[in-house]
Amino acid sequence: MMHALWLVPAFPLLGAAILMLSAGRLAPRAIALIAVLPCAASAIVAITIAIGFITAPPPGHAFSQILWQWVAIGGFDPAIGLYLDPLSLVMMLVVTVVGTLILLYATEFMAGDEGYNRFFAYMNLFVAAMLVLLLANDLLFLYVGWEGVGLCSYLLIGFWYQDAANGLAARKAFIVTRVGDTGLMIGLFVLFTHLGTLDIQPLMHRAVLAWPHGSNIASLAAALLLLGAIGKSAQLPLQTWLPDAMAGPTPVSALIHAATMVTAGVYLIARMHVLYALAPHVQMAVAAIGAATLFAAAVAALNQHDIKRILAYSTISQIGYMFLALGVGAESAAIFHFMAHAFFKALLFLAAGAITMRLEHHEHDIFRMGGLAKQLPVAFWSFLIGSASLAALPLVTAGFYSKEMILSETWAHGGAVPILWVAGVVTAFVTALYIFRAVFIVFFGEAKTPVVGHYGIRIMLPLTVLSVLAIVGGFVETPNGLGGVRLFSHFLSSVFGHVPLAASATETPLLVVASLVSLAGVALAWLLYLRPAPRFVAWAQTQAVVAWRNFFLSGWGFDWFYDRLIVQPFLYLVRINHSDVIDDVFTGIADGCRGLHGLLKQTQTGRIRWYAAWLAAGSIVTIAVAVIR
Amino acid sequence: MMLLWLILVPAIGGLLAWPAERLRPSAARWISLASMVVDLLILLQIWQHHAGPIDITGGGRWVAMLNIPWIPQLGINITLGLDGLSLLLILLTIGLGFVSVVISWSEIGERVGAFHFNLLWTLAGTIGVFLALDLFLFFFAWEIMLVPMYFLIALWGHENRIYASIKFFLFTQGSGLLMLLAILALVLVHRRATGTLTFNYFQLLGTRMNPATEMWIMLGFFIAFIVKLPAVPFHTWLPDAHTEAPTAGSVILAGIMLKTGAYGLLRFVVPLFPLAAMRFAPIAMLLGVIGIIYGAVLAFGQTDMKRLVAYSSVSHLGFVLLGIFAWNTLALQGAVMQMLAHGVSTGALFITVGALQERLHTRDMRQMGGLWASLPRLSALGMFFAIASLGLPGLGNFIGEFLILLGTFRLHPVFAVIGALGVITAAAYSLILVQRAFHGPPRETMAAVPDLRMRHLAVMAALSVAIIGLGLYPQPIFDVAAGGLANLQSATHGVLTLAASDTGSKRAEGGSR
Repeated sequence: MMHALWLVPAFPLLGAAILMLSAGRLAPRAIALIAVLPCAASAIVAITIAIGFITAPPPGHAFSQILWQWVAIGGFDPAIGLYLDPLSLVMMLVVTVVGTLILLYATEFMAGDEGYNRFFAYMNLFVAAMLVLLLANDLLFLYVGWEGVGLCSYLLIGFWYQDAANGLAARKAFIVTRVGDTGLMIGLFVLFTHLGTLDIQPLMHRAVLAWPHGSNIASLAAALLLLGAIGKSAQLPLQTWLPDAMAGPTPVSALIHAATMVTAGVYLIARMHVLYALAPHVQMAVAAIGAATLFAAAVAALNQHDIKRILAYSTISQIGYMFLALGVGAESAAIFHFMAHAFFKALLFLAAGAITMRLEHHEHDIFRMGGLAKQLPVAFWSFLIGSASLAALPLVTAGFYSKEMILSETWAHGGAVPILWVAGVVTAFVTALYIFRAVFIVFFGEAKTPVVGHYGIRIMLPLTVLSVLAIVGGFVETPNGLGGVRLFSHFLSSVFGHVPLAASATETPLLVVASLVSLAGVALAWLLYLRPAPRFVAWAQTQAVVAWRNFFLSGWGFDWFYDRLIVQPFLYLVRINHSDVIDDVFTGIADGCRGLHGLLKQTQTGRIRWYAAWLAAGSIVTIAVAVIR
Repeated sequence: MMLLWLILVPAIGGLLAWPAERLRPSAARWISLASMVVDLLILLQIWQHHAGPIDITGGGRWVAMLNIPWIPQLGINITLGLDGLSLLLILLTIGLGFVSVVISWSEIGERVGAFHFNLLWTLAGTIGVFLALDLFLFFFAWEIMLVPMYFLIALWGHENRIYASIKFFLFTQGSGLLMLLAILALVLVHRRATGTLTFNYFQLLGTRMNPATEMWIMLGFFIAFIVKLPAVPFHTWLPDAHTEAPTAGSVILAGIMLKTGAYGLLRFVVPLFPLAAMRFAPIAMLLGVIGIIYGAVLAFGQTDMKRLVAYSSVSHLGFVLLGIFAWNTLALQGAVMQMLAHGVSTGALFITVGALQERLHTRDMRQMGGLWASLPRLSALGMFFAIASLGLPGLGNFIGEFLILLGTFRLHPVFAVIGALGVITAAAYSLILVQRAFHGPPRETMAAVPDLRMRHLAVMAALSVAIIGLGLYPQPIFDVAAGGLANLQSATHGVLTLAASDTGSKRAEGGSR
């Protein structure tokens, strides 16, 4: 069964190809079928492979499949090949299963859209590119998937192309992530130049042999790869594209945030963890970037009005947790949180879509919603479960177990001043606050926008399945105090060689603290947004507070800053040199010749006297020169 | 003898096509198509039936050779040689030649016979350039290639065609003159050293001369070729020529003719003057990276779609210049791949612009927008090639650019890094093209235009397959190119290792990588 691995990316690729080539000739039903089936088939193959992998692990807990030799010149010989180990297996399962659910949902959500066919062609391509990224055995082939997801995000964010703003958001996503990608590409140059291969497994072996712990080259390579990861995973300072990526249809957001794209950076660092272990400073930077990002994004999320922007900032923040985990060497915790996040974030986006699609004018502003709990019970319960998981409500949610694992590993790593841990815990509080702010404002209080339409099974089923996963998905790994299930980290241990923490005296207090902050966040949200005290409302309207709120609303002013620093100078340069200053040199030569021509033409007057005078003058000068010399 | 037929077939085809117009306009088109097909068959025949590599002094690997005396008194012969490099470029020439005839089918309605005569003679000249191994013959073919192209622009071009064609002519003739002087200088230096007067490439290889002379003669060739390439600061003829040329002219100019500049650098500049070229390499590479960035910035600012594509060529060919002067296997293979991929992707983009102009009667992107709604096929294909042009992995251009940068990185990491930044600017100009033309709010005036028809669609489909093939399965190209590149590298190898051992003690520390 393992040899069917290539089918996993091939199915959605085929689906995309069929949809693209058949453009405009298929009935919507056929399109829907071709949209979902390939991905479902991939999921089935992936599950079958996973069962085989768990029951009878291949030798070395890894399986690789070379499809064909891509390039072979002068010692540079990347192959098109796949590599399956527990890490890529987990990611592959999540991507195919969540991807299928999102596609199923989308067939109803996008019904009647002009570009129905185009939409699913891109979505399938997106899933295929992500699977290539995950399964690639070679960094160059990984890069194909890496840029592939970038392209698909561009195509889908700008899917409703008639609005120029969507096009701008799409280009921003592509170009900002490409800045990071270029860093990654240069990282590949460094790795190949020094280690002579880009095949990931041999590369890691050679890195360990060739580079001492903390060597400069290892740090350089790790830092360049980190730049790529930051871009794709929307971490500081390249996070600005993700909130704007909301311009795409909601299922696209679900796919970008949960299954594909933004987790690519997390995967890359986890995949290259050997390299990061050789570069402790860079690894520390990963943790620091994660900590800064998770806090900054959570604060920004607290000040958004658009329901999808709240979720977008929450993604940035949650990926920050994963970076934090990677930075403290807790890769399994990062991947665990990736999985839990994929479930609850897909759920949240699909639930948000389920809300907006039923509101008049597809309202996105939470302050124009309200009282929807009764009118949209399905969306309400889904969103509530997703929010609970995101807020890490204790015991019953997947998000609790994964976040708890990150926090306890961070604490253990922490040293004297556990600043990273503090950032994580404070943000856990803010997270509960901002998401339950949304819950209370959207679903309680008085209704403000009329509700229309109804849900079909293709909306209900994905919401239900994801709700279940967002709850039970965490039981595969629990802290020692709560049963000590270690299925997940044991499964990944062949990749990371990392043993979960043994029981320690601090564990229970930490658990209690983590639980309490998230409950406190919910409680404060209840106090502030469900029954706001007049004093709080008045305070929120004071000038200084409004200024800060607008600052956070804009995402800490990054866009403003980049606009001044990069975009405007570039545009200025383009403007002043629109007609190519170098060409002026050549046209200048031409003009000079013409001018000279004009000048000489003046002498051709037709007057014999002048000619004679010139002749005489010329002769005299010539003779004078001859005589004097 | 077969090699000569490669040149003669399009030339004879051109002579037949002109009068054939009187029978029927389409007769000229069919004759042109037929001569391209025949030429392709000849090429494949030569390739398939060559009896192993032909050995030339210096251990070259040639597929076929031809040597007939022409003007023996002056040491001028008709020396033709086909190796992997010229084979690939001739394949590209024939392929894009075929494409040019097909896309001109409806676009060119006036003086059809004369048009095809010029088209075929340009192609014949280009093939001659790729085959000639006698420097005089090379110069001859170079001129044959340029003059008909001048007429293509001047007679069948757009609004500002006279200005553009004269500019094109002056730049290319000026650089041609420089090349002629450099050729004569080289031949005379060689005669002074050995006593024989010859224009033969192989005999001129390894001519001994003092460094200053070598540098001057090298510069003569170098400037002639980078005007053609084009590299900054000699690129300014290109946007005008491309923009004003008919679509077929643009396809041939960008797809093939620019490559003659790169070919000249590969075949002549570095092998004939290895030491001077290597001393000069940092400056050449600097010009390459400047071209990458400068071309991209200018492309971004254009409102004329064809000008945008033209400036993008400056950027892409900057990569080629960078790769050639890095002169290692990776970078050279990358440069060859970049030439082929650029030929396909830029050719396709020019076809897109041509098709748009045929329908909308404008190339101004400010007049376009939202074309996807009315022209979904054309828009999708246009976007596909724009994406190829920004170097998306999995498509041919990426392979070329990546290999060039990878090969450059080990020698000059700074140039490689700046070149890599060109990948970001490429995204900027490619996506702005897509946005301005195909996306955005649709315009009512353009609702009724017809989408691509079968002929164009078939051509674009073929080019799409080619660019995907180059991206995912490029190895056959590398295998073919390897023979040709080995010829070039073996020509420089001896000289360079000798030079390296001279200066080896000085650079012992830095040279370990």
